[in-house]
Amino acid sequence: MTTGLLNRRQVLVAGAAMLASTALARAHNGTVHVTIEWTNTDPFAHTATVKGGWEVTIPPGQKATHVVTADDTVEYYCRFHPNMKGHIRVVG
Amino acid sequence: MKTLIAAVSAACLMLTAPLAIAADAPSDPEIAHIAYSAGVIDVEAAKLALSKTKNADVKAFAESMQKDHEAVNDMALALVKKLNVTPEDNATSQALAKAGEEKRAELGKLDGSAFDKAYVDNEVAYHKQVNGALETLLIPSAQNAELKSLLETGLKLFQGHQQHAEHVAAGLK
Ligand SMILES: [Cu+2]
Repeated sequence: MTTGLLNRRQVLVAGAAMLASTALARAHNGTVHVTIEWTNTDPFAHTATVKGGWEVTIPPGQKATHVVTADDTVEYYCRFHPNMKGHIRVVG
Repeated sequence: MKTLIAAVSAACLMLTAPLAIAADAPSDPEIAHIAYSAGVIDVEAAKLALSKTKNADVKAFAESMQKDHEAVNDMALALVKKLNVTPEDNATSQALAKAGEEKRAELGKLDGSAFDKAYVDNEVAYHKQVNGALETLLIPSAQNAELKSLLETGLKLFQGHQQHAEHVAAGLK
């Protein structure tokens, strides 16, 4: 059984850019023990939005998280600034 | 004397004369004033949109414009204070302000979907114009590294705004 140990992947969102835009999450026994944590150092709100899927709002100066699921091989973008993009690839 | 004529879409030219940004490389205090003025104009346009629109996408876009441009202008004010620079009014800022006022008056006469379309189309054109000025004139002319860096962040942010506006415009058709 899972120990509940969460693997955190940090994504820095700063200067209206998503840095480290690739988050790699390894699937284990069909589950993914990874949480992505975005840190928004800008004074503007950003989002991580999957078209037709989930959306995480990252308020100015705050952090927001998303628990990766096994089917989360996705491209995401900021709904407010669609030139800010990232992707998640689940492998294993 | 170098003259930069900002490209404005044909739709936008109907009532407003194209904005000519005449420029010998502007000084940092002038650049700060131009960037700040450009932000104020978009905040004013956003406020007008929020008072008029019933469309959820247009409303969300306008809210984002108001918040983002106010935030960037706060950053600009904090920076000029830190650098002990007083922004200087200049012909470009004045031309921007005048064009902004005229556009606002024009938009103010429209309602409903006609307003939404005109507002969003103008936001696309306006961000294109401001981004062009940032890329070709303001960023290359900026002497202070921190000012240059703030303008570069602004450019990325406003390029995002332009794309957002294009998405909203596509949804209105
Ligand atoms: Cu954003």
